[in-house]
Order: sequence, then structure tokens, then C-alpha cells
Amino acid sequence: MNLEVKLPGLTLKNPIMPASGCFGFGKEYSEFYDLSRLGAIMMKAATQFERFGNPTPRVAETSSGMLNAIGLQNPGVERIIANEVPRLAEYDTSIIANIAGSSLEEYIYVARAFNATNDVNALELNISCPNVKEGGIQFGTDPEMAKKVTAAVKEASNLPVYVKLSPNVTNIAEMAKAVEEAGADGLSMINTLTGMKLHLPTGKPLIANQTGGLSGPAIKPIAIRMIYEVRQQVSIPIIGMGGISTAEDVLEFLQAGADAVAVGTANFQNPFACVDIIDALPETLIKYQYTSVQDVIERRGAAV
Amino acid sequence: MMKKRHEMKVLSVETIAKETIEMTLYQPEVSQQTVPGQFLHLLVPGFTLRRPISIAKVDGQEGTVTILFKVVGGGTKALAAYQPGMTVDALGPNGNGFSIDDVPEGGRVLLVGGGIGVPPIYHLAKLLSEKNVELVAVLGFQSKDYVFYEEAFKKLAETYVVTNDGSYGHQGFVTHVFPEVGTFDQYFSCGPLAMLRAVTTELKDTQGKVSLEERMGCGVGACMACVLPTVDNSYKKICSDGPVFSAQEVIL
Repeated sequence: MNLEVKLPGLTLKNPIMPASGCFGFGKEYSEFYDLSRLGAIMMKAATQFERFGNPTPRVAETSSGMLNAIGLQNPGVERIIANEVPRLAEYDTSIIANIAGSSLEEYIYVARAFNATNDVNALELNISCPNVKEGGIQFGTDPEMAKKVTAAVKEASNLPVYVKLSPNVTNIAEMAKAVEEAGADGLSMINTLTGMKLHLPTGKPLIANQTGGLSGPAIKPIAIRMIYEVRQQVSIPIIGMGGISTAEDVLEFLQAGADAVAVGTANFQNPFACVDIIDALPETLIKYQYTSVQDVIERRGAAV
Repeated sequence: MMKKRHEMKVLSVETIAKETIEMTLYQPEVSQQTVPGQFLHLLVPGFTLRRPISIAKVDGQEGTVTILFKVVGGGTKALAAYQPGMTVDALGPNGNGFSIDDVPEGGRVLLVGGGIGVPPIYHLAKLLSEKNVELVAVLGFQSKDYVFYEEAFKKLAETYVVTNDGSYGHQGFVTHVFPEVGTFDQYFSCGPLAMLRAVTTELKDTQGKVSLEERMGCGVGACMACVLPTVDNSYKKICSDGPVFSAQEVIL
């Protein structure tokens, strides 16, 4: 079955990619399967300089999900370009670089750096990390700020820009419209929802950062609702994410309005999650009388 | 060779001390690959994250792996309810274990285990006992009800048991009996962070290796949940760079 999807700057052999932050730079998962099977890879967020991240504990399990507050730990954009991108470029898959920053200047710096490489196919603009005070969330909750950073990154780079939206807002469609207006080529949504879990013996938050981002199947209905809403109001493509762990989940995201999907937390439970989903997708589409991924996208009803 | 998920068959499940479960699993490949200090990352259906579980011993000829865990929450409670014949979905053996290459022949080694950190130390003791090395073990537990493997250790090492409340053996912390154990060339330790801090501080002039516990996400080195600062201003990932580190290289 034809699973191909064409998005700005990306021709994906299938619509499945690991989500940023849940797959590192692919090295660990390349020990489980051939990364060329993936539609694309969303790399872990890059900042201008190396970041060590938050104190531990950084993760806590919740009902049907987990909280994390890693804190954008990464070796800095230069070392990512020197050490990680060339290794990933060996695989027959697309590379999407997630860029984060605490200032407009930092976003521009990181975008320019990736633009100067030959192997990165698109940028994912992270304006939605909830775990770092200066992690871009101020750009992700104010439509004017979101517009500004989107326009600046578009200007700094020739690569298509997918803006990753935060669900921690009152009106996500307003954010989506703002970044579309500013020139975004696509959206990726949703990032994690801010949450907290207490340690009963002490009554204190279990995660050292106190709050963390909730991910996993628990947030899937929220992601579906938000994608459905945004699809009614913007026409740029959406890479959907939030609790996907099966091929049925993928179909639901496509039906709601996504054009491709990313798999995050499921990789932790099952390191083969992405390829298991890719393998199961044709049968699932057939079961619901679709002939291809493109067929789902065409038949869900045209966007505005 | 690519890594795999293993289906490990449960052979036995036994409560060997308060809240402490010993489970023997059958999977020859894992059994033959495992070195002391490595762990299994087990999937418990209905729970999002896998559980990192320590290994107490392997029998390569029988193809078995014996794991030990404490029932602390829903996941470990569900795991403790497994019956012989059922299978457990496991990744592993994960991480880097204890290296004993630099333990000198004829040397004397101190082993320090605390609570659920005792099993990897037992696995290590079995391996060290095949070498011409004299072993001293100090095992710490909360109280009498939690003590396990004392007899097994006594076959391999001069063994001291310490309980926090003094209900069995010596009272206090593992470090309290260090003055009694004599001299040694190296030490190996596994247990809760507070214990490892005390042990490494007390023994700062002795070469040692420590094995750490931490909440993990992926367990394979990708998610950066379980990191630890190092003395050279960098960091290590506990699940994949460790869980065993030289006491001199990490900041606890």
C-alpha cells in the first residue's frame, strides 16, 4: 500500500516519525532497527550552547502517561551538526531539526546553523517546551510573540518551518492562525501538557523541577480535539502527536486533520513502536476502507 | 547484531523477605550475556514505563536469570503476581556492569549493598569468588524483616549485616561497621543514593565502583531522564553509560 505523504520540504515514505525528545539523535534506537524504515526523524531540541538540563528525578509515571522535565539537555547546535547529523544522514529518511531558544537571537542562530548544513530537510520550531522558564514557552503562549519568532526563523533559513504548538493555551487555533500568517510552512502539535505529581510520603513534587510535561495515551483525546479544531481554521499541514501508540491512533490523527504523525512516549515502552506501527498501518487502513494515507487525507474533508 | 525484546518465561516467584520478591526467568540468550551490575527493563502491562530491575544471579547452563525487586507500587505489585509459566517482556541486559579486571589476584575486596542494591552485589560476589580474592560484605537493610541473602553471602564472604533500627545484626548504617572490616584494596557498592554518598565519602581514598538507581524513561540512553553529573563538568547517563561508575568519576 502507498503510505507516502508529501509535505513542504519533505517526501515521506510513510507518515510515521519519532517525536523530538523521545528518540535522542536516533543512535540508541538504531541498535534495534534500521532507521531507514522511518518516514522522518525529529531530532532532540538544539540550543545555541550546550545545556545540562534540570536536576533529577526528571520523569514520573502517571495513569496512561508520564511526566517529564528534562530541561532541553543537548550538546549545542554545533556539536549536533558535527556529530549527529552526519550519522543520521547515512539513513534513507528525512531529518527534521528541532530548534529551541530563550531569545529571538538564539532561535535565529540555531536556524542559521542548520540551514548551512546539507542534510537537514526541515526545522521544527519549538516554542512550547514547558519545562524551561526561558525554553521558548513565552513565544508559544502569546500569538504576537509566536508570529515574531516564526517570521524571524523563516527569514534566517531557507528550510521549511514547522511550528510546534503548546496545548497550554486557551485558544490553540488562534496560535495556529498567528504562525500561519507569519509564514509557517506547517504545524506540529501537540507538545506536552503541564502537570504535577506528588510523592505521598513527603507531600512534595516527585519531579525535581516540580512540574513536568504530561505525555502518553492520557493526552491523546486532547491532541485529537486540538488538531480537529485547528484543521478547521488553517490550511498548512499538521504533523500530529500526543499519545500515539498504535496504527489505529495514527488513523484517528489523520482523520482529525493531521498529515503525518510523530510517536513519542510509546518508544520508551516499546523501542520498536515506530516500525510496529508502520507494519500495522496498511492493514488498519484496509480495515477502515482506505486505499492509502493520501486517501484518508483527501476524504476527511478539505481544509478551509 | 540488533537488540531485541525478549519473552522471558517465569519459572518461580518467591517472597524471600518483607516486600521482596525473587523471580527466576528462563531465557538462555539473556542469561549468557549478562554480567553483574546490568539490569533488565521489564514491561508490566497497563503501565507506561518499563521497570528497571536488578539481577541477582544467572545460570548460563540452565539458561536462567534471577531477578529481585521490592514491591513499592502498582507496577511491582502486578509483577509480583506473575505465575510460573507466564512470560515477561524484557529489554536487556541493559547498561554496563562491574568490571573486575583490575581487581588484583590475592587482593581483598569490600562489597557494600543496601536494600534492593544487594542483588547485583551478590551476582558480583559470585563472579569474584571464582578469582583468588578475599571478600568482605557489608549488607544494609531497614530492619530484620527485610534481610535476605545473608546465608548465601556467608558462603562467599566474611559478612556483616546492618539494620537501620538494630532489629538484626549491627545497628545503624553500613558505614558504621567499616572500622571493623580491616583493610581492602577496592570496594564495590550498590544501593540508595544516600548510602552511596556516605560510602564514597567514607572511602574517598580507596578505589571503588558504585552502581546507581534512578527513575528511568527509555532505559537505553535516548531520553536523558537519568543523568548524573561527572567531575569533569559533564554528565553520564545512568541507564546506558552506567549504572556502574567509578566512584571517582561521578558526583553523587
